[in-house]
Amino acid sequence: MTAPIVRNDRPMAAIMLHVIVIVVLVALQFVLPDYHRAVFSRVLVLAVFAMGYNLLFGYTGLLSLGHAMFFCAGLYGAGMTMSLLGWNAPAGFAAGLACGAVLALVIGLLALRTTGVAFMIVTLMFAQVLYLTILYFNEYTGGDQGFSLRRAARQLGPIDLTDPTTRYFAALILFAAALAVTHMIVRSPRGRVLVAIRENEDRVRMLGYDVFAAKLAAVVLSGVLCAAAGATYAILFGYVGATFATIQYSILPLLWVLLGGAATALGPLFGTLFMYYVVDITSNYTTAYLLFVGVALILLVLYFPKGVLGTVRERWLPWLP
Amino acid sequence: MAAVTPLLETCGLSRSFGGLRAVDRVDFTLQPGEIRAIIGPNGAGKTTFVSLVCGRLPPSGGKVIFDGEDITGLPAHRRVRKGIAYTFQITSIFGKLTVFDNVALSVQQALLSGGGLATASLRRGVMDALERTGLAGRAHETAGNLPYGHQRLLEVAMGLALKPRLLILDEPTQGLSDGEIEGFVTLVRRIAEDATVLLIEHNMPLVMELAWTITVFERGRILAEGTPSEIRRNRIVQDAYLGAVADA
Repeated sequence: MTAPIVRNDRPMAAIMLHVIVIVVLVALQFVLPDYHRAVFSRVLVLAVFAMGYNLLFGYTGLLSLGHAMFFCAGLYGAGMTMSLLGWNAPAGFAAGLACGAVLALVIGLLALRTTGVAFMIVTLMFAQVLYLTILYFNEYTGGDQGFSLRRAARQLGPIDLTDPTTRYFAALILFAAALAVTHMIVRSPRGRVLVAIRENEDRVRMLGYDVFAAKLAAVVLSGVLCAAAGATYAILFGYVGATFATIQYSILPLLWVLLGGAATALGPLFGTLFMYYVVDITSNYTTAYLLFVGVALILLVLYFPKGVLGTVRERWLPWLP
Repeated sequence: MAAVTPLLETCGLSRSFGGLRAVDRVDFTLQPGEIRAIIGPNGAGKTTFVSLVCGRLPPSGGKVIFDGEDITGLPAHRRVRKGIAYTFQITSIFGKLTVFDNVALSVQQALLSGGGLATASLRRGVMDALERTGLAGRAHETAGNLPYGHQRLLEVAMGLALKPRLLILDEPTQGLSDGEIEGFVTLVRRIAEDATVLLIEHNMPLVMELAWTITVFERGRILAEGTPSEIRRNRIVQDAYLGAVADA
């Protein structure tokens, strides 16, 4: 994949593309039938989860198998403060972000002592620990049943966040913010360091950078983005459950990112959307829908080894962010 | 030697790998401003020695003193910020980034740790290093697509752009053509105008031409040290190394 920070690229074209995508998403709200509008709301939130994952995996080159824990830090951080302590939605959202940041900092400090396969296993284990902890404290977390947030809690002043239109726009605002944040991070000088770490960690160290600190910053930023997705999910869809802490939700963002294109700005959205619909459509016809997911993945590996947008960038549009 | 503070000093510096003493109690002194070459047969411990100096490897014993300060416990990146730059023996550029971005990583490090990072000064720093190495015209090419000789130069440019006080070049001319080596000699001379250069090199004519002082390593120890002509005349060195090369 071409690095996204080349000097002779077209930053204006990249920003224009982002704006166009957001305008199209705004327009879709008015066009889509109710069912698909709801799907898009969900996909936009989950895409932010994938974007958080992409920051660490795609740009920094760290493969985590435990990102469900950061999503859940946001999900439960927002959900539990709102249901148990009666906090309002903005406070719950902030609590979710804070939980994500603290968890990512602690996990980063411990897990970054390892690299490669060991890093994957350590993150996987910490995510399992969180999952089991959620089950253990089922008195407060609802265990694997989870719990629902009352409609009354999911208000933002006069705005009702349970209304489908509001929900769509709230998800879109989160997505646009995440896109802007990612764009700024990866194009900043410090973002250049993250990409360089992916390419050659030892060399970066010998250029005078504290590689550990840079990776830790990447883990925290990634964790906060994923937690933002989790907190928003709790607020918009009103359900908090341990399913989101299972290994499946650590693997999914990896698949979404691989499918859409690692280290591309819009790959996570594309991957999430595509996968969501593959599962959605095929599960109408058969219970063996995972078979279709598998076939889709095999085809992608064969024909789009760098993900759809990664391959498009490599072959046709080198400026693609 | 005059009573100047040496730029670099090692006292009893050692490093073992299992039972092998790759670097064995080395006392080494480097004066500011010189071009020093380290030579020695393969496996003599040259690369291990400079790795201990720049912090890529922790020593098993002994001390490294840089500009009068004990830096033995400092991690590699802190040593780089103190002014020790290391260019890799095996070309170690960021192949997927542009030439500009490769050097920008060096320049911005100095700027970031200095506080401010202005685009203009980043650009100036990068182009300066690229011009010195003759790569300015290739700034926007992808580094991995450069011919090998240019990749070696880029490696040096990345070191240069750190504005080091001590630049360690580990076999910089390996794989270069004769013409490229000639250009390299001029480049190192120019670098030495404002930095101290420590060079590991196998190319004897180049070493004899460039170095003020030569240190000969063998089996992890310093076998001899002196000016090029002293080293050339040194019997022990001839037996241990130069002769062997001539015979080979």
